[in-house]
Amino acid sequence: MVARVMSGNEVVAYGVKLSRAEIVPSYPITPQTTIVEQIAEFIANGEMRAELMRVESEYAAMGACIGASLMGARTFTATSSQGLAFMHELTHWAAGSRLPIVMAVVNRAMAPPWNIWADQQDVLSQRDTGWLSLFCETNQEVLDTCIQAFRISEDREVLLPVMFSLDGFMLSHTSEPVELPKQGDVDGFLPESRRPPLLDVDHPTTLFNVPVPEQYMEFRHWIEKSMDAARRVIPKADREFKRRFGRGYRGMLEPYWLEGAEVALLTAGSVCGTVRDVVESLRKRGEKVGMIKLRSFRPFPSEELRRACEGLRVLGVADRACSFGMGGIIFSDVSAALQPLNVRVLGFIAGLGGRDITHRDIWRMFKRCIRAIEVTPARAIEWFV
Amino acid sequence: MKLTPGAVITEPGSTTRYQTNGWRTFRPAVDSGKCTGCGLCWLYCPDAVISRGKPPGVDYRYCKGCGICANECPAKAITMVPEERG
Ligand code: SF4
Ligand code: SF4
Repeated sequence: MVARVMSGNEVVAYGVKLSRAEIVPSYPITPQTTIVEQIAEFIANGEMRAELMRVESEYAAMGACIGASLMGARTFTATSSQGLAFMHELTHWAAGSRLPIVMAVVNRAMAPPWNIWADQQDVLSQRDTGWLSLFCETNQEVLDTCIQAFRISEDREVLLPVMFSLDGFMLSHTSEPVELPKQGDVDGFLPESRRPPLLDVDHPTTLFNVPVPEQYMEFRHWIEKSMDAARRVIPKADREFKRRFGRGYRGMLEPYWLEGAEVALLTAGSVCGTVRDVVESLRKRGEKVGMIKLRSFRPFPSEELRRACEGLRVLGVADRACSFGMGGIIFSDVSAALQPLNVRVLGFIAGLGGRDITHRDIWRMFKRCIRAIEVTPARAIEWFV
Repeated sequence: MKLTPGAVITEPGSTTRYQTNGWRTFRPAVDSGKCTGCGLCWLYCPDAVISRGKPPGVDYRYCKGCGICANECPAKAITMVPEERG
């Protein structure tokens, strides 16, 4: 195993190369990142056998991904913010057609006003498309999640597309040492994809059909059942990954220092690192606090979350996005999942458009949560503006 | 019919079992006197239900009554007639 100092974007490109993606349709202009540039370089150098397909928009990129995946090819693309929003109709289409496409989403703010910095509004707005949605905390996790994503997506019980997120700049443009596994070891974890093509002139099929009301609902129900299957497949893939490579991420969520905790903060993405720091210093002062890192947003690990929260009195949720008129997007899901438990849930909206979520902010969030053990707070949702 | 994930139909040509004539409210009626046999209706019919000839033949099991043939006919040989009178 070799360790290299790499930006998150480079790491994604390495992950895609190691996963032996065969086709990468992508739109190369902003908000695209250097992910596809690096992949293009690999291909040009002969280090990667794949086709980089330059298309005229993100909509076309997802369209081409759908076509390539229908051919049975291992398919990857990357995008961000407006680009992801532009794909939206076809992200539904990819999931409904049950295509194992993998996409890296560099989380960036939605315009207007224009802003290219870290923000999870883009990926969380894709919530209901039927894609699996995973978050990463470090660049090492980005690499490992990328490789896992192909395996999860292609699992016959899942067969749904997967998007994995890395926070814009915080990970995408920040360099960290990352261990690169050997190609042979990745091949062992991720065997060649052998799906029969659906687009085959010798065996013609009709795709994208029109099921009548007596049939349509079954297809949607199958997506939900496959999400249930993914609840088993994600931790299994992660365990198997750990067995082979020595690194694991606790499946769908990671409880951190919850032993004896009364209060915890749940969040997703790169900010988890800062929360770990704050938990450590608060623990040193005798505060009973911990963290829950959400790794899988879809499927949402409701059961695992309830188990993790059993001893808690208050759970704060820090969202880097907002469902306007309701509050944090992850906050809403957490509140719904914890409904059977007697845990007060507080929502914090912070770090939009690349604003730093500082130790001080997290410290303040914990203070609000600790206070809420005794006193009902005036507002359940607070903006850290 | 067996439902498959992604609603894929693996049997080619099965769409012929779905007769779209139930969608029709107007049917194309060809005036053989005016028809020149140019074949434009055959070319334009989106359902490929017109066979070439002078006059052309329309397969009314599948014609959905869109009226494109009547619109395209340069000889004005096709009239769309309401189904109840047709
Ligand atoms: S009405 Fe439409 S479907 Fe019917 S024959 Fe004319 S073009 Fe074809
Ligand atoms: S387009 Fe009109 S003139 Fe030409 S073949 Fe058809 S009906 Fe006849």
